Amino acid sequence: MHDVTHVKQTDSTRSAEAIVESQTFHKLMREKNRFIVPSIIFSLLFYFTLPISTSYFSFLNIPVAGDITWAWVLAFAQFFMTWTFCVMYSRRARRFDELVTAIKQEEDDR
Amino acid sequence: MNWTAILLFLAIVGLTLVITFFAARKTKTASDFYTADGGLTGFQNGLAIAGDYMSAASFLGIAGMIALAGFDGFFYSIGFLVAYLVVLYLVAEPLRNLGKYTMADMIAARFNKPRVRGVAAMNAIVISIFYMIAQLVGAGALIELLLGIPYTTSVVVVGILMTVYVVFGGMTATSWVQITKAVLLMIGTAIISFLVFARFDFSVFTMFSEVSKATPLGDSFLDPGNKFKLPLDTISLNLALVLGTAGLPHILIRFFTVKDAPTARQSVVYATWVIGAFYILTIFLGFGAAAFVGSDAIIAANPAGNMAAPLLAQVLGGDLLFAFVAAIAFATILAVVAGLVLSAASAFAHDFYGHIVRKGEATEKEQVTAARIASIAVALISMGLAFFAQSMNVAFLVSLAFAVAASANLPVILFTIYWRRFNTGGAVFGMIVGLFSSLFLVAISPNVWAPDGSAIFIGEALFPLTNPGIVSIPLGFLAAIVGTYVTKSDEVAGNFERILVKANTGIDAETEAAMTKKSS
Repeated sequence: MHDVTHVKQTDSTRSAEAIVESQTFHKLMREKNRFIVPSIIFSLLFYFTLPISTSYFSFLNIPVAGDITWAWVLAFAQFFMTWTFCVMYSRRARRFDELVTAIKQEEDDR
Repeated sequence: MNWTAILLFLAIVGLTLVITFFAARKTKTASDFYTADGGLTGFQNGLAIAGDYMSAASFLGIAGMIALAGFDGFFYSIGFLVAYLVVLYLVAEPLRNLGKYTMADMIAARFNKPRVRGVAAMNAIVISIFYMIAQLVGAGALIELLLGIPYTTSVVVVGILMTVYVVFGGMTATSWVQITKAVLLMIGTAIISFLVFARFDFSVFTMFSEVSKATPLGDSFLDPGNKFKLPLDTISLNLALVLGTAGLPHILIRFFTVKDAPTARQSVVYATWVIGAFYILTIFLGFGAAAFVGSDAIIAANPAGNMAAPLLAQVLGGDLLFAFVAAIAFATILAVVAGLVLSAASAFAHDFYGHIVRKGEATEKEQVTAARIASIAVALISMGLAFFAQSMNVAFLVSLAFAVAASANLPVILFTIYWRRFNTGGAVFGMIVGLFSSLFLVAISPNVWAPDGSAIFIGEALFPLTNPGIVSIPLGFLAAIVGTYVTKSDEVAGNFERILVKANTGIDAETEAAMTKKSS
């Protein structure tokens, strides 16, 4: 007989390898990578546009309206970029959570 | 003597002690002490993160820097905020899923070797203490200026308070002090910003055109390049700012105070709204100080510009608003140092004592006692160092902590979660090279060496940049990669799969090897 009391408590009945091989996990990783990798690359590129253009060029010193220059506009744009990417991520993450729940469900069904 | 200021300082001290009193009754287990038993909501933790993050360097330092250098000061605001995208997208959720109490827990979840945990804990302690010296130096200078209490006494008072919060109230007290401070700071900043905006007739255009006439810099006040002359220095600073947050131990431990990864995510989103709103308002603080206080008066009070915000409050709202803002700055420092003591103490007590000395065998009671003793030790060490650092520039110490965090911690955190081939050798080598290269580059930088005696030593700096990030951050990544390839792969079969599953789902699955072993 299997002695239950001596089995270490884990949340899982499948091995880690089995979960990684499962279709739902594949799907989770694919969806995450497809969203996270381009987003983080874009936001970092967008961020470094500001210091690189202010350090090496002066075209951002041209006024847009009144005394407000493009440098300030691009600086404020960084704030909106950050908030937009935050909201986009938390929306998309609901989908990731569904997939995680599905993976946990597959555990329980076994 | 400003009696209103003293009364408000005492009110802040009283309020935080009441919080600590209630928190102390709930602090019994190690989990209570280190993480408030994971019981915070996303909104509460979001505010606490904001409270932990918006330090004196932000409130006093950035306001002063914008007032004196214009656009360049605003770089700090932007970098400090955009950094949260790295935290949100890459670090917060895997960290919550993998770790328990400390940053080292997360790395040790994959590489369970004492030397990996030991080096990770050492990094956490070094970074937290650097950051703390900056806060204590700022606190000492602020209190000396506002209340006329000598620097040394001020540091001791702040040191005792932060020790009391952490020793008795642990993470619960620390979190609620940070939440209270975040709310107070937002209220104070909003009031000043509103008054500044009113003086500019609620017009952004008036604000920009007035301020471009108000300072000795004239029109160029609004253009980048007043503070950072070397292009590479600007980029180096920006790199350290945007990548550093995701490696700061006192920010990372905040994610263990919530129940799961989705809540950790929510807390970053809340924090980003609050922190972003605050950093937008730093423009009003800086422009207001430039226009209504004037550079001469700001520099006269403090050459680095740290008194710009309180002086602006005095001009706008007289002694009462001045006292209120000064008290908020004081609360800001208290909240940040409490978080720092906790993060350094948990690395000492949980990682060094609990895991390396006692090999995970310590009882709950022993763990909590060790954490309390470590908190007192950390506070004493930082206070001692703060006495020597009195003349050092606060913003420099903080940006140094960011550079060390980005160079020493971030590469290893990212590779632990995302790189299959990564191994123990790479983790240890990456952390050590990241830490020492950033410290060494600072030691030979213009922050420390200047021919005219404006730095610590007289002489030519061997390294031209004030921020080491652009060299030390790639070096940290490179060392982790090289270390991985030159040492033997130590990967237990399936171990990366286990981390992959846990980081992404929170499911603690065993490897096939472990399951076979158990069933046989």
